[in-house]
Amino acid sequence: MTTPPNPQAAAVVILTDLVKQFGRFAALRGVSAEFAPGQFYAILGDNGAGKTTLLRALAGLIPPTRGSISMLGTTELRSVSGQMGYMAHPSLLYDEMSGMENLRYFARLYDVNNAHQRCADVIRAVKLDPSLTRPVGQYSQGMRQRMSLARALLNDPKILLLDEPFSNVDARSAREMVSLLAALRDSGKTIFVVTHQAALLEGAADEFVWMEAGQIVSLTPDLRPVETRLEAR
Amino acid sequence: MSTVASLTRATLAKDLRLEWRSKDAINSMLFFSLLVVVIFSFSFDPTAEESRQIAGGLVWVAFLFAAVVALNQTWAREIRNQVLDAYRVSPAPPNALFLAKALGNFIFVTVLQALMTPLFIVFYNLRALGPAYQLPIVAALGTWALVVNGTFFAAMSLRTRSREIMLPLLLFPISIPALLAMVEATGAILTGEFSAKFWIVLLAAYDLVFTIASLFLFGFVLQAE
Repeated sequence: MTTPPNPQAAAVVILTDLVKQFGRFAALRGVSAEFAPGQFYAILGDNGAGKTTLLRALAGLIPPTRGSISMLGTTELRSVSGQMGYMAHPSLLYDEMSGMENLRYFARLYDVNNAHQRCADVIRAVKLDPSLTRPVGQYSQGMRQRMSLARALLNDPKILLLDEPFSNVDARSAREMVSLLAALRDSGKTIFVVTHQAALLEGAADEFVWMEAGQIVSLTPDLRPVETRLEAR
Repeated sequence: MSTVASLTRATLAKDLRLEWRSKDAINSMLFFSLLVVVIFSFSFDPTAEESRQIAGGLVWVAFLFAAVVALNQTWAREIRNQVLDAYRVSPAPPNALFLAKALGNFIFVTVLQALMTPLFIVFYNLRALGPAYQLPIVAALGTWALVVNGTFFAAMSLRTRSREIMLPLLLFPISIPALLAMVEATGAILTGEFSAKFWIVLLAAYDLVFTIASLFLFGFVLQAE
């Protein structure tokens, strides 16, 4: 049963008793939460807490075992896939093609207008050179991460889902990426970032979502309760 | 709004570009079928008449095995860096991806056939005694039968642990009717002893049924975990 899009919905993402099981292992155990539009959410937690599973479920890559996800007012995630940007831990790019060639191809999938200009713009936004003809396979890990972020931004999405965007990125580049994400949030986009580098997002993220054993255990605008939780372990 | 046709073209162009740069599929297919031709020619020493009788079987078995090599390569590219997920989260229709992959494989196998057929003719001293103009029709229909099923089953076995074994296990049994039609039609054209029309019609019907079924089911395969 699906609900039609409702642009007036207050929450941009609503999770209702979301359960995801892989065989007998429950990666998500009844997650319920509401996320407001135009906010920057940092999803934190230990390895195996369910962060990536939650992000993949939001992206529509894995169907929930039970419960529902409502995004932009609809539970039919495929109908709003053009308004989502997804960046995974792997680059989701073809190693044999240049960054521009990769983005031109993905621009076709999203039916992006004025594709060449848009591709060049997002490549510049992540501080890379659009004229670089080197194949992505020869990029450094940090460059690949930034090109991957450029791919996620290509369709000017309303919701950005980013899995570990700062891993293997040097400190300066990571700070630049955070500034870019904060600017995107200020322009009205809703951003979800799964990361282990919580300190990097202090001052930029609006809410810190702490996950433990497949559940959201706290949602706080301040990083301190999370740090207290970590210290208490 | 991008249509299925324009997205198919974009994905096919991307695949051809990747293949042109890596030459993964075409090199392994060529090497493999060259080996088959040479080994078969050492194993049998047929007369011209015997060659005409068995050539249909030899040619199509060689192309079937070589096609499996290409089919495994097609999807391997999409798993590297999990690029397939980028397609899955996009609004692009699954059919465009399937058609592009099937057409890409069709082109690769056709190129292989164009290169290998002269070798078969020389090694087996082949000459068609029946209507030779039917041979390209059989080749096109037979190749499509192999690649349409092969592309579908290669996608299905994508997430299995031993996918390179799984593909032939799934593909070969379901290809038996098509293979039979290809071998019989080729034999009929080469020997001129009987008409190939029934087998060509059977092959066309097989292609139609399996193309429609694959297009219908591919969305489920793509979105499966």
